[in-house]
Amino acid sequence: MDINATFIGQIIVFLIMLWFIAKVVVPMIAKPIDERYAKIADGLAAADAGQKQLQQASASADQIVREARERAKQVDEQAQRRSTETIEAAKHAAQAEGARLLAAAQAEVSNESVRASEALRREFGSLVVKAASTLVEHEVDPATHAKLLERLTDDIARG
Amino acid sequence: MAVEHGESPAEYIAHHLTHLKVGSGFWTWHVDTLFMSALLAFVVSFILWFAARGDRSTKAPTGLTAFVEWIYDWVDQQVAGIYPGQRRFMTALALTLFCWVVAMNTMDLLPVDLPGHFASVFGAKFWRVLPTSDLNGTIAEAIVVLALIIIFSVRAKGIGGYLREWATAPFGIWLLPFNIILNFIELLAKPISLGMRLYGNMYAGELLFILIALLGFAVTGLTLWSGLAFLAQIGFGVGWAIFHILIVLLQAYIFMVLPIVYISMAEEHH
Repeated sequence: MDINATFIGQIIVFLIMLWFIAKVVVPMIAKPIDERYAKIADGLAAADAGQKQLQQASASADQIVREARERAKQVDEQAQRRSTETIEAAKHAAQAEGARLLAAAQAEVSNESVRASEALRREFGSLVVKAASTLVEHEVDPATHAKLLERLTDDIARG
Repeated sequence: MAVEHGESPAEYIAHHLTHLKVGSGFWTWHVDTLFMSALLAFVVSFILWFAARGDRSTKAPTGLTAFVEWIYDWVDQQVAGIYPGQRRFMTALALTLFCWVVAMNTMDLLPVDLPGHFASVFGAKFWRVLPTSDLNGTIAEAIVVLALIIIFSVRAKGIGGYLREWATAPFGIWLLPFNIILNFIELLAKPISLGMRLYGNMYAGELLFILIALLGFAVTGLTLWSGLAFLAQIGFGVGWAIFHILIVLLQAYIFMVLPIVYISMAEEHH
């Protein structure tokens, strides 16, 4: 165990090797490794971003589908409501029309019967006058009696 | 086997623990330590560079590239757990220390006599193949770590802040000499323990391999004891080598993590 000049030589050897490794070899080894790390990190980050985008897209797709479903339901309800309304309105219109027609017919009928009874009364009056005039032809002033008979007829007609 | 040398066991051990030296006194150089550590530093740097080169962002990685990237990523994660902030240099420091120390420690798994025989072909009388069982080697790395601790402290706190901490922490300005003594001990204890720990572990491991190899001295012929010694040498050698793989990696890991911890602590304010 003797310390001598050998260690000086050994220091020089060590320093040369250290310099070579630190300046030449380690950068050579490390550069592609660092690049690889960076590339892998980038890839992972991109995958993460893609995943996030996918989630967002599927979420927004869900939203759109939900909205569309909602809208379809609304449209459906609206159509149903409108058709009910239309049917109701038509029913009302038909009923009103029916009632009106019925009223008109009833009015016509009553008019006709009034008119017929009036005509019958007139005809009956003139028949009575004719019969009476035939019976009392000479004793009666036709003008005076005609007036009387007309009044009678009117009374009958009035009911 | 060792018997061929015609050495005594003591001579055998001494031979294995002697460096190939050039120079004298302080200016002695351990040629084996320097050569092996420089060679392994070069090999490790080259493998890392070779694996990292070329177009890696679009082409499929080779097995070697994947392996190196795996080690780098592991080291980087270790550093990230310890060191807050910009850690590229810390990762480079940790990667350098870990790979280099693993490579150097692994030399201990070579058969104890093989490197010496191989070196003797080139005329080297001694050859210790394990640079981390030379205190010069581990202390050198620890000194660089010490320098980095000081540099990063100053960078984080400024010269004034760093010197103020020397003077005032932890007892306050009125006990300035004690503060300085304590800080000095604290500063030196870290790299010294760092270097000594690796050195001690690898030295002990190496010594145990040598001692196991000594069993070969008992193999003298076709006798029962020779056979038992032979089996024991193989059995213990294999067992210790397998266990030593753990120590090789564990010590390298400790030697990688502690400097980062020390620098991280040095940047914190007291």
